Amino acid sequence: MQNDSAVESSFDLAPVAEIVASHAPFSEGDIIGALQDVQDRYGYLARPVVDELARLSGLPVAKFYGVATFYAQFHLKPHGKHTVRVCRGTACHVRGSPKIMDAVVRRLGIEDGATTPDRLFSLETVACLGTCFLSPVMLVDSRYFGNLTPDQAVKVLDNMGAKRAGQGTTHQEGTPTCPS
Amino acid sequence: MSKLTPEIEKLREARRAARRRRPARAVRICTTGCRALGALEVHAAFERELAAAGLTDKVALLKTGCQGICAGAPVIGVDPEGILYLGAKPEDVPEIVRTTLVGGAVVERLCFQGRQGPIPKRVDIPFFAVQKPLVLARCGRIDPTSIESALADGSYEMLERALTGMEPEAVIAEITASGLRGRGGAGFPTGRKWSATRAAPGELKYLICNADEGDPGAFMDRAVVEGDPHAVLEGLLIAAHAIGARQGYVYVRAEYPIAIEHLKLAIAQAREHGLLGDNILGTGMAFDVKIKAGAGAFVCGEETALLASIEGKRGQPRTRPPFPAQSGLWGKPTCINNVETLANIAPILRMGGAVYAGLGTPTSKGTKIFALAGKVKYTGLVEVPIGITMNQLVNDIGGGVPAGSAFKAAQMGGPSGGCVPARYLDMPIDYETVKEVGAIMGSGGLIILDGATCMVDLARYFMDFCAKESCGKCPPCRIGTTRMLEILTRICAGEGKPEDIARLEELGGQVKKNSLCGLGQTAPNPVLTTIRHFRSEYEAHVNERRCPAAVCRRLIGFKILPEKCICCGRCAKACPVPCIAGKIGKAPARATEQDRENGKVGEPFAIQSALCIKCGACFDICPVAAIEKK
Repeated sequence: MQNDSAVESSFDLAPVAEIVASHAPFSEGDIIGALQDVQDRYGYLARPVVDELARLSGLPVAKFYGVATFYAQFHLKPHGKHTVRVCRGTACHVRGSPKIMDAVVRRLGIEDGATTPDRLFSLETVACLGTCFLSPVMLVDSRYFGNLTPDQAVKVLDNMGAKRAGQGTTHQEGTPTCPS
Repeated sequence: MSKLTPEIEKLREARRAARRRRPARAVRICTTGCRALGALEVHAAFERELAAAGLTDKVALLKTGCQGICAGAPVIGVDPEGILYLGAKPEDVPEIVRTTLVGGAVVERLCFQGRQGPIPKRVDIPFFAVQKPLVLARCGRIDPTSIESALADGSYEMLERALTGMEPEAVIAEITASGLRGRGGAGFPTGRKWSATRAAPGELKYLICNADEGDPGAFMDRAVVEGDPHAVLEGLLIAAHAIGARQGYVYVRAEYPIAIEHLKLAIAQAREHGLLGDNILGTGMAFDVKIKAGAGAFVCGEETALLASIEGKRGQPRTRPPFPAQSGLWGKPTCINNVETLANIAPILRMGGAVYAGLGTPTSKGTKIFALAGKVKYTGLVEVPIGITMNQLVNDIGGGVPAGSAFKAAQMGGPSGGCVPARYLDMPIDYETVKEVGAIMGSGGLIILDGATCMVDLARYFMDFCAKESCGKCPPCRIGTTRMLEILTRICAGEGKPEDIARLEELGGQVKKNSLCGLGQTAPNPVLTTIRHFRSEYEAHVNERRCPAAVCRRLIGFKILPEKCICCGRCAKACPVPCIAGKIGKAPARATEQDRENGKVGEPFAIQSALCIKCGACFDICPVAAIEKK
């Protein structure tokens, strides 16, 4: 993570002051909202940014980290350019979301919660997107892909430029193709 | 009691003006839920085609919220005829404009397909027949981003009535008479909650709308907030008048961006019309609303955890009493109501508590919105009088499970609920009856399951969910759910021990009894109900190392039947490992002499089971069902 800290040390911290000002008078009740704003602005909760947030707000930094580590929405590490959220709701579960997840995991070569080395994709599961009539569903950034098959899910990622990664994602030579 | 004020007169004039402007000819497209299936593209196509036909001024084109029958997304309503078109693509739009809007005829192929042929009109479609939309009356009709559209359809009329002619006590009495119970899951009488908060000492009181719809499988609150946000605001305002609250919050899941966007717009518009602020409609009432976006924690649906989250803390629950009505947000008396509960308030005042109480059953009054999902033909949102039977919901409204499978059970109430098996199809759905069979009505999520669902795997899935979402504060929930998950994972992997089922029941009982909040107290329900109703499936996993539904991967295997294989090679292409080999060509049994001479005969494909990861890709793609799964 040396690269990250090098990047982080060059972060422009001016927007943090704007965020704190937008919540004035800043109180404990604003912690979640401010962290959401910070994450929107910087992509994730980088250490120097959260420290600055705490300093400007006058609240202990531990309060910010306590909240940041509790809620699933917050990331302490850099996130990919695209966020792939595979819904693991009940309707999706019984209509095949485990297979969608498997296919996406194999395709991107990363597990739930991880980011591809090229920082193109971050993979997450979500408890329910509330679009059960589309099940199984995958949300890529803000676009919903519903009634998916594993094949279609992989195609979506292919179209967004996913590089072939990991083992078992390529076909061996001589694999027969469909005659039709 | 305040009299008519100039501000109220102004609002009424705005409503009259909006009604005058409301055109009879309208095309309504759901652009919330249906957005995922191309509704915005269809809307754009309508804009183009209406302009081309010179109809832009004659036809109102509305972007609406959910129209209910989500299985037909994108859903398009054409009025005044009341025609419903389902699943239309942008390229179908010219035909709709030509045939229906210009020609006055119906495009039959885009209609709901009934047993006796296409059913053009919404009112004739069986999906809508037994419904009783009170909460969803405006949802799917109005443009949720326009307060004029909501006003024209009667928004804020009941607020006017409450502020001009009803003392707070009278409002509470009406809600108490209606028998309304909280729609978020617990079913606590709303009138009692309100009077407790009103009676609590203190000047500053808070009112919170819980829109943290976290139950997997429930999407009615999302639909209400997205499709009719003013219904929520009107409910909040009437509640604020009743309990004497000055500040309100709507706690929405961050996963619902459209809901947040529509709510923000609605709050801004309501403020412009004098419906929020220090002197609401000139009556001297002061109330304002803020939106708090959740940050992805299921436990925050629990009221004390929700309070902690609004206070900016980790969303961990605390013991009750004191109840929020006595000591809630920042220690002040607080009333927390669910979205659907609040959206019921104006309809109750409109029809009167006594009439409302005539709907439903003796203990569960009114209507309830159910979200139909899973293995059911017509998924969507339905609002029905409480007490309707499972059979009516699943078969009459939902059209039954898809052809080729059979209804096995309905999962009700999400991770806090349980599975109601097929033999209870005639059971009326109300708070008490559902509880008797081990499930809960909950927030109204109804996932239909068929023979392809393994009940042990489903129980494991829910326990995995609860273990992950447990906030970790109390050991019975934190440790208990983890231990139960370990046992269930073991059973699904074919490593179950004979004592495991009894162990699950024992642990489940303890977690229920000893956990701090609703999450832990209900987390074992999916396990306990599946053991109760589907014990044989657990026994098959444990004793015979067999998964009867052929879902649990460690217990199943795939085999290609050579005599059925047509040597097309699709399976090998789909296999991600790959572990399937064979030769593409004509199936040996069907090959002619000429094929043989030309070397066109294939070899049946076969799976190397040692390499197989049991993903089922081959099984799903095989065009002739030559692959056996067991």
